[in-house]
Amino acid sequence: MNHIALLLENQPGALSRVIGLFSQRGYNIDSLSVAPTQDETLSRLTMTIGDEGADINQILKQLYKLVDVVMVQNLSEADSLTLELAIIKLKKSKTEVESLINPFSLEKEILDDKDNYTVFKVLGNTEVIEELLSSLKEEKFLEVTRSGTLGMTKGDESLATNDQTTISYK
Amino acid sequence: MTSGGEALIKALADENVDIIFGYPGGAALHIYDAIYTQNSVQHILVRHEQAATHAADGFARATGKPGVCLVTSGPGATNAITGIATAYMDSIPLIVISGQVANHLIGTDAFQETDMMGISRPIVKHSFLVQKAEDIPIIVKKAFHIATSGRPGPVVIDVPKNLTDPNEKFEYKYPSDLYLRSFALYDEAESNEVKQAVKLLTEAERPVIYAGGGAINSNAAKEIYEFGKLMGCPVTNTLMGLGVYPASDEQFVGMLGMHGTYEANMVMHEADLIMAIGARFDDRITNNPNKFGLQAKKIHIDSDPSSIDKIIDVDLAMTGNAKKVISQINTELKATNFDNKKFADWMNKAKKWRSEHGLNHNMLNQKSESDIILPQQVIQSAYKATDGKAFITSDVGQHQMFAAQYYHFNEPRKWINSGGLGTMGFGLPAAMGVKFAFPDETVACITGEGSIQMCIQELSTCTQYGLPIKIINLNNRALGMVKQWQDMQYGGRYSSILYEDSLPDFVKLAESFGHVGMKVEKLSELEAAMEECFSLKDKLVFLDVYVDPDEHVYPMLKAGGDMSEMFLSKTEKTFK
Ligand SMILES: Cc1ncc(C[n+]2csc(CCOP(=O)(O)OP(=O)(O)O)c2C)c(N)n1
Ligand SMILES: [Mg+2]
Repeated sequence: MNHIALLLENQPGALSRVIGLFSQRGYNIDSLSVAPTQDETLSRLTMTIGDEGADINQILKQLYKLVDVVMVQNLSEADSLTLELAIIKLKKSKTEVESLINPFSLEKEILDDKDNYTVFKVLGNTEVIEELLSSLKEEKFLEVTRSGTLGMTKGDESLATNDQTTISYK
Repeated sequence: MTSGGEALIKALADENVDIIFGYPGGAALHIYDAIYTQNSVQHILVRHEQAATHAADGFARATGKPGVCLVTSGPGATNAITGIATAYMDSIPLIVISGQVANHLIGTDAFQETDMMGISRPIVKHSFLVQKAEDIPIIVKKAFHIATSGRPGPVVIDVPKNLTDPNEKFEYKYPSDLYLRSFALYDEAESNEVKQAVKLLTEAERPVIYAGGGAINSNAAKEIYEFGKLMGCPVTNTLMGLGVYPASDEQFVGMLGMHGTYEANMVMHEADLIMAIGARFDDRITNNPNKFGLQAKKIHIDSDPSSIDKIIDVDLAMTGNAKKVISQINTELKATNFDNKKFADWMNKAKKWRSEHGLNHNMLNQKSESDIILPQQVIQSAYKATDGKAFITSDVGQHQMFAAQYYHFNEPRKWINSGGLGTMGFGLPAAMGVKFAFPDETVACITGEGSIQMCIQELSTCTQYGLPIKIINLNNRALGMVKQWQDMQYGGRYSSILYEDSLPDFVKLAESFGHVGMKVEKLSELEAAMEECFSLKDKLVFLDVYVDPDEHVYPMLKAGGDMSEMFLSKTEKTFK
């Protein structure tokens, strides 16, 4: 697993250039999350890319080559943390759900239990979320939505935009 | 006050554009009206949008300046796609302006609407959809900067019709600065890299300089020549790099790769140091990458970091502008105490390979009983008639490879062909672009009867603008390159490569457009015809040369093999 953080110009078509690059070059994206940042001209993406057949350095270089990509960072190579949110619905009572999810070291919260369907959220490590989901595989009713992994480096390292380039002409 | 349409043309003029190639239509009408009312930018009306892109591309390749074309929305835009992809694959700076339906109609399947941003996305360096008319000047400025800097490439500007409306005016000001966040450009190499390169170069026993299209793009010919002389070692050029090192120089071992010379491929195979300059180790060069240059250390100079370590891992990567990096290396080389006599034996070995199986450049003199013309003889005759000084454009097929092998290019930007995409139909419109750029120079298109028919309609454009191009048609009555593969790999099963007597009479065809048509079938008549063709200075001449239909292009690398494994003729090969 490689987690890549990326700052992207908030321009029409910019996201499709990033996604297009992956299909065009035969790379697979396992998960992707996108949202605006505190600077409204920029979006921030976190992408998860499997190890199979992917030359991660080549991917980073190709991404950085896109004019709309302002900055790329391989979180997996840095001292970083990652986090994922999942919302899950089961046809079970609140107490049944609580006992099912208790063993997993995730942050959990029951959000709703209308008509004996319980909706809850879990927050934590992607691998642990996947363990939880595989333990629920046999459930007759299961609905899941996940945020995809989000990530950030620790300490003073950051995905900044300090290298603004101005090109002046005579 | 200007309208968006006027601003677009003004911005082109401010970028010193004096010629654009295009074809009008509904979504581009306001722009065409703006063209009509000024005279700093000349518009050339082609006969098909593909030709507009190739002509602008040919102009760019010959001059080093960006080529510009203008098409309408929908079918105009889709017709331009092949030309955009052609420029993209060869890293050619091209600005493609496409009309688009009005803003409020986008997404409604309006008449002649097509998602140009989406369709062109994988084959552009960048693209812009204009959202406000006032943005047109800055977008044009960015487009030119992006297209021409670093590794060049095509940029599309998609302009909705309402934003060029003559009734909506704003104040025009061409920006003097532009801001691009984090648009990295690589210029000089680090000094420790230069030292390391010189160490590798001087410690090598069998170095080779392998230069490609990137060396031409960065105008590095002078520096590479000096470097070659300092090194005294063999130099080879890729199909895209021909001319960046003079072909008549004794250190030049010819083109390498799929149809490269025996000596160039042997040198690459036996080298202990490969110095790649603006070349990208593509599959037509390396043959099997797992068997490529196993004895060699590799240095790679490229303006695009993603080209480095993409196919072949290198020992020293130098991201930068080839012209500047080579001149840094030259300075450092001159400061070291190193004698290139060290490489004399190695250079002699390359010459020995050449004398054993090199190309025969004297085929014109070998008179034959049958009087059948060999395609190689046509190229040699064209070389002789033009004194080796012409701009040569080409199409794709055997004729292209013969032209690359037998016309000796001594200067960069004189050999103009679609190497990366391999686009049949490129040759004639590209020649038009070159002729517009250099009206006083000889421009010839070496083509095949298959390729020329893909953009033959441009003979009409040549009539309208009086373009005296020379078209040398190596007519083998077949899609020769496909036929060669069918001969070599499919037991001679000729699937869909013959025309069954449907070929036009090219002489009459040329004449119908007001050009001169000539046909030659006998070797004994070839040279006189060629002389006449090039002596008709102000006429387009279509020289239809019937050549031996059974000739193959050799050498040819064995599929999946290493670079020393070649077919040398129909009966000889270097491997068991
Ligand atoms: C647009 C396009 N379609 C198909 C091809 C595949 N192709 C490569 S060479 C060739 C034959 C070219 O025939 P001709 O122009 O007569 O040249 P020759 O090889 O006979 O010299 C073909 C079909 C191509 N390169 N470009
Ligand atoms: Mg042919």
